[in-house]
Amino acid sequence: MKISDVAAILDAQVLVEGNMDTEVKTACGSDMMSDVLAFVKDQSVLLTGLMNPQVVRTAEMMDMHCIVFVRDKVPDATVLRLAEDRDMTVLQTRYRMFTACGKLYDAGLRGGCEKE
Amino acid sequence: MSGLSLKYEVPGDDFTRAGEASSDVKRKLKKLGYDPDAIRRVAIAMYEGEINMVIHAGGGQAFVTIEPQRVDIVLEDHGPGIADVEKAMQAGYSTAPDQVRSLGFGAGMGLPNMKKYTDEMTIDTEVGKGTTLKMTVLVNHKS
Repeated sequence: MKISDVAAILDAQVLVEGNMDTEVKTACGSDMMSDVLAFVKDQSVLLTGLMNPQVVRTAEMMDMHCIVFVRDKVPDATVLRLAEDRDMTVLQTRYRMFTACGKLYDAGLRGGCEKE
Repeated sequence: MSGLSLKYEVPGDDFTRAGEASSDVKRKLKKLGYDPDAIRRVAIAMYEGEINMVIHAGGGQAFVTIEPQRVDIVLEDHGPGIADVEKAMQAGYSTAPDQVRSLGFGAGMGLPNMKKYTDEMTIDTEVGKGTTLKMTVLVNHKS
């Protein structure tokens, strides 16, 4: 699916547009960035409730294209600017982590780390 | 081609800036046309190291040498040192305070991640003096 589909499925607000036409196949949901760095391979979307600039840096190191902030959390301007500089999409959804991940999995996104 | 040598100061008092050096190295490797897998391994290993320097050691210095077949990263700090390196290498072991966990780190995955993503890694540490971490990523190596 495209990032624009992720936004539609999660009924999300687009905080930073990035490239909404980018194709994504895998995602990861975590508030622990160390876990994201440890277990993620070829993931494209990061769902998190963590709100600091290291979320963007972690996504950057992992070559991720899209960050989704769950539970309607609003990141500050530093976070958004960092994402903008890196051409990443930032979305905000009212859904909680479990529900947001479930909706995306149901629509075809996978974890990417293991055979599913 | 002789290697490209880079040096970075990693500030210890500003968590929001942690990762700037890794980000810069990643951009440079991309520009130089390195293999994306190798770039990611360098970026993740160095980023984890940078975060560690900020969390545990009050910052330090990073030296990176880029050569056609390898990237060498040396991270030097004058922090408290690592009392038990063997334990620190275990996945899940962490001495980071709760405040660090609330920032998304301190899960005890830093050093294991660095080891996993690099081809060589050595830790030279002395309690009370500091730590020097050396890592090498071989560019043609397939993990």
